[in-house]
Order: sequence, then structure tokens, then C-alpha cells
Amino acid sequence: MILLGQILIAFATLSLLAIGGANAVLPEMHRLLVDVHHWMDDATFTQLFALAQAAPGPNILAASVMGWHIAGPAGMMVATLGMLVPAACLAWIMAGLTIRLRGNTWMKPAQFGLVPIAVGLIAASGLIMAQATVTGWAALVIVIAATLFVWRTKYSPLWVLLAGGLVGLVLL
Amino acid sequence: MAESLSQQAAGPGQQAPSPSGVKAGRLPADQPQPAATTKVPGRLELFLGFAKIGALGFGGVGPWARHVIVEERQWLTEREYAEVLGMGQILPGPNVGNAAVMIGRGFHGLPGALLASAGLYIGPLCILIVLAMLYDAYGALPRVAPFMTGVAAAAAGMVIGMALKMGFNLKPPVQLVAVGLLAMGAAAWLRLPLPLIVVILAPLGIWISLRLARKPQP
Repeated sequence: MILLGQILIAFATLSLLAIGGANAVLPEMHRLLVDVHHWMDDATFTQLFALAQAAPGPNILAASVMGWHIAGPAGMMVATLGMLVPAACLAWIMAGLTIRLRGNTWMKPAQFGLVPIAVGLIAASGLIMAQATVTGWAALVIVIAATLFVWRTKYSPLWVLLAGGLVGLVLL
Repeated sequence: MAESLSQQAAGPGQQAPSPSGVKAGRLPADQPQPAATTKVPGRLELFLGFAKIGALGFGGVGPWARHVIVEERQWLTEREYAEVLGMGQILPGPNVGNAAVMIGRGFHGLPGALLASAGLYIGPLCILIVLAMLYDAYGALPRVAPFMTGVAAAAAGMVIGMALKMGFNLKPPVQLVAVGLLAMGAAAWLRLPLPLIVVILAPLGIWISLRLARKPQP
């Protein structure tokens, strides 16, 4: 019970620090789980994070896998709620503010001022992902082909993921 | 779609060019009749749409969220989605998770926010439970490395492609493009912490955008 409380507090803290998503809190998560609480060693932390990356969904769900590893299903539940609920509450409050302020003439331009940051950071995360995966020409070709496919067509991105996997099987 | 067409049928050729199209850019919460091109999802549809986003979101849910919300189901326009995502980006938590709360609230209040969030996380959580059990049992990832490397490479391209698509569809003024490129460079090359980037660039972006709005655009 004390353990579950500790897990909850640890992940709720991380939740409020996670501006930019999971990758932003990765160092702090590592510090809390490995160095402060000694819930797992370094290698386990890295493997669990990779495990969460392999699954679909927001990368923040790495918290769920970590919680499972620390304390089983109850740990997963507590970690997931701790990670999601505080941030979701802030988003709820923010949505309420925008609805209240929507009549103001300055609201739309102010909101639009944040858009380039979102798009820029998305592009950056794509570039960082590409850097991590491109080890040879085949992977580079996949990255470029997928970029063009998603940019220039309206087809479901599923095709490009599937094709990337198949090309990977043959060439990587 | 047929309904919204018949509602507009009164004035053919009067595509109601709402000046600069900006006014239409808002969450359709208290807008009963559908805005220009968007559709209001029912509660079940909201849940299922976000469930699709979550379950298919290999390599991150961002491109899927945009694909489903803007292109496939047309719940929001490109600009509306970008604005919600921009807010989701500066708040803590996953940007699409925050967008789910805000979009869900916009359409259906608290039930909408809960349904959209539940949809987004339910599929991935089930898959993660299976993966966590496999990991506990075998102590390592299943060896599907070449396939997963290919998927990861494609996912990287998918994310870059989405950013390009949004950037070109939105056509922001050049000053804001510069802010976006600064954000990208700071994160991708300088590897600065994201909270720092947001704290510095968010006020800059808002200030530029407000200044541009005050002067009439040429």
C-alpha cells in the first residue's frame, strides 16, 4: 500500500513536468525510479522504455509498463492514473479557459502563435527518431519514402508502416 | 454530410466566405450547426475515433490523430486541430492526450473528455499488458528486430511528413515559420529540454501572432 502510494506520487510529479511528452521527462523518470527509489536497475529501465515504444499509443504509457514491473497490475493502474490524470486536469482547465475567452478578438491569434512551436517540435521529434533508426541507406530510403508518402498523399499511414516493416525484413 | 449540404442549399454560390476564415476556427461545442466543412461526432464516434488513433499509433499517435481527426472524419479543420495541438503541446502530458481532453470537452463536455481519453489509451494499454507479461516471462523483447526497425524508420518519416503537411497547409506568416524552425532546431540539433524551449518560444510566438493580427494583412 505504501509502495503504491509512492508510485502514485512519483508518477503524478512526472505528469506535471512532462511538457512535450514522455521524452521530456525521461531523465527525471530515470532519476526517480532508478536512483531515488531503486525500483529497477539501469538496463531494466532502458528495456522497459523500449518495450513501451514498441507498442502503439502515446509514449507516456512507458509509465504503465514501469508500474507493472514495480508492483504488478495494481502498480500499472496507479502509475497510469498518476501519469495521466494531473496533466488531463490541466488540459480540462485550459479547454474551459479557451471556451470562456473565445469571444475575445486576441484569443485566436494568441492561440495561433503556439502552432509553429507544436509543428516545429513535431518535426524535431521526427528528425530525432530518424537519426536513431537510420544506420544505413535502406533505413534512410524508408524514412524519405515515408516522409513523402505522408506529406504528399491522403492515404492511411498504416500502409507506410507496413511497407517499412516489410522492407526492413528484407533489407535490414 | 448530406444534411449539412441541404442546410446550405439555400444560398448556392454563397460559400459564406467568413472573413479570413478565422472565425470558423474554434471548437464546435456551442455551435449546433456544422461549421463550414467539419462534422460533429457523436459520443460513440468520438470514442471509436480516438480508439483507432491509440491502437494504430505505432511510433507515436501524432500523425494518426491528425489523419483521423482532420482528413478521415473531418471533425476539425487543419487550423482548428493545429490550435488545439498547440495548446496541448505547451501543457504537460502527451500533446495528443491533452488534445483528446480538449476536443472531447469541446464536443460533449465531461463525458466527451472521458470518452476521448479512454478511447485513446485503452488499446495501447491492453497491448502493453500483454507485452509486460511477455517481458516478465522471458525477460527480453521478442526478436522481431528487423521488422520493427523498418517500422521505426517509416514512423520517423511519418512524423516528419505530418509536420511538413501541417506547415504547408497552414501557411503561417514568415515570422511564425521562423519560430517553428527555431523550435525544431533547438530540439533536434541543440537538444535543449522541451520545457525550456516552450517557456522561451511560447511568449515569442504569441507576441508575434498578436502583433501580426493587429495590423491588417496585406
